[in-house]
Amino acid sequence: MSTMTVDKAGPTRNVKYGSMSRDRAWALRWSYFFLVLFAIFSLVPPFYMLITSLKGSAEISAATNPWWVFHPTLENYVALLSSNQFLRFFFNSAMVSIIVVIITMLISIPAAFALSRMKFWGSATLATGVFLTYLIPDSLLFIPLFKMFALIGDVTGIQLINRWYVLLFIYPTLTVPFCTWIMIGYFASIPKELDEAAIIDGASWLQTLTRIFIPVALPGLIAATIFAFTVSWAQFLYPLVFTTSADQLVLPVGIVTTLIKGDVFNWGQIMTGALLGAAPPLIIYAFLMDYYIAGLTAGATKG
Amino acid sequence: MVDAAIGETSVPRPRKAAGRSGLRKALKRKSTSAFLMTLPLILLIALLVIYPAFYSVHLATLNKSMQRFVGFGNFEFLFKRDTFWLVVKQSCIFAISAVLFKALIGFIVAHFVHNIPAKGQRKWRGMLLVPWVIPPAMSTLAWLWLFDPSYSAFNYTLSFFGIGPIPWTGDAAWARFSVILVNVWYGAPFFMIMYLAALKSVPDQLYEAAAIDGANWWQRIWYVTLPMMRNIIAITTLFSLIVTFANFDIVRILTAGGPLDKTHIFATWAFRVGIEGSDIPLGASVSLFMVPILAVAAIFILRDVNKRGNES
Repeated sequence: MSTMTVDKAGPTRNVKYGSMSRDRAWALRWSYFFLVLFAIFSLVPPFYMLITSLKGSAEISAATNPWWVFHPTLENYVALLSSNQFLRFFFNSAMVSIIVVIITMLISIPAAFALSRMKFWGSATLATGVFLTYLIPDSLLFIPLFKMFALIGDVTGIQLINRWYVLLFIYPTLTVPFCTWIMIGYFASIPKELDEAAIIDGASWLQTLTRIFIPVALPGLIAATIFAFTVSWAQFLYPLVFTTSADQLVLPVGIVTTLIKGDVFNWGQIMTGALLGAAPPLIIYAFLMDYYIAGLTAGATKG
Repeated sequence: MVDAAIGETSVPRPRKAAGRSGLRKALKRKSTSAFLMTLPLILLIALLVIYPAFYSVHLATLNKSMQRFVGFGNFEFLFKRDTFWLVVKQSCIFAISAVLFKALIGFIVAHFVHNIPAKGQRKWRGMLLVPWVIPPAMSTLAWLWLFDPSYSAFNYTLSFFGIGPIPWTGDAAWARFSVILVNVWYGAPFFMIMYLAALKSVPDQLYEAAAIDGANWWQRIWYVTLPMMRNIIAITTLFSLIVTFANFDIVRILTAGGPLDKTHIFATWAFRVGIEGSDIPLGASVSLFMVPILAVAAIFILRDVNKRGNES
């Protein structure tokens, strides 16, 4: 009886092993096939930006294969990088993004430290409130904010509308809540013994923050910085509403409003501008991918 | 063991000896400095988020020149306009179908990435996340150029398959499709990354147990993967629903609401009416219609966040 079952089980088992590994091989092959498809889908627009940016205007309007460059030229890059207007957009974008990152860090690190370690009346509610603020979208606030800043201009005479630095007040509303939220998560994961030891050794709260929390939570800090920078760099709605003069625009709005003149689309320059505008976040992403992804997933997995 | 016990009992003793007032003062100082450290955050949120939100409600009750209180006049006006109901319908179609496809594609791609050997995953993940990294305003310009009516790279390619020129942004139905397509392209990588992180956290033993019980791949997904990822799926979907519902850049650049307002959603229409049409109260009323759905999504997200906060 027992020998029979063994005999029976032997071959079927072998067959099963064979089919399973064959299944796995096929699953792998299908996985790669679909991954290639999705990668093409993901990379077509940036690839097409690059292709078009290398074309002259004659080649763009010619009826040749649009997916290939037959006469590569750098004339679009030369035209944009020697145009004061475009450099001005780039400068405005860089200034706004860098200053917003600094403001964000100055506000959110102390706040996250206080909310994660120094319990005080209402601190738990405030932490939840910070997260809730992060869920309020820009498209809900741009009209009242615009009216508010226009009123400030009317009442005090300080004209903030149509100045690039007005964005320094507005952007932190997008960056600070999320950065505070993920910093709370990172700070909370630091063992209490570490800062208790520092306090026993006579460190002040400020010293605990700068000597222990910031160095230990540095990966979180980098992730938050990347988030703040990319959000400020990519923001489109607020600068579109708040700035109109050509010398006050930031890059995304500048490209959309000045390179499209009426119905005339100078596609070579638009694509070059778009690629140059996409370059800083892409470069940061290429070098700091793990931090970037950590920041991305922290929002939902921390808490 | 003995040392630890001695340490524990001996620590509070000197504090008690120091006297109650000193302790209280220290506590007071700690909470004051904590409050001061959060003050910039509180000010920022109060002045630039909460105040404008309520100011928006106030603005919505004024007439166009903002001198007279009209109560619900703006809302009554909106309810009578066909364009408004078109915008409501389009916003819902846009948000729901875009989020659905983003979630579906993100889930499928995350599985494929998870399937392949671990050392190749980083490279694929890196490539697949590129759409999320490029500022949407910039990538939408590339899509606009791909959709261009006369030099469209898509129509050029499709012509080889005998498919006639498609009016990607010119025809109402196709324009809606294009807007959703670009949004799915931009947002699916976010889902992919979230799901991938969740997939990595499912213990292998569960799959082994399921395989021993003879579960096929579909049963493994349905009975192991999905229940384990339920939280992440819910929170990512709700979060994306908020972001997609409030989307502005993609629609604005790709179609600007056209043709004939057939692709306007709340944000773009509020911009058109409020800023371009300089009827700020009406624009504020339009954008306020986003609040109910955002509030519902936010409540669900908060419930989930608090639940997990209590667990940990």
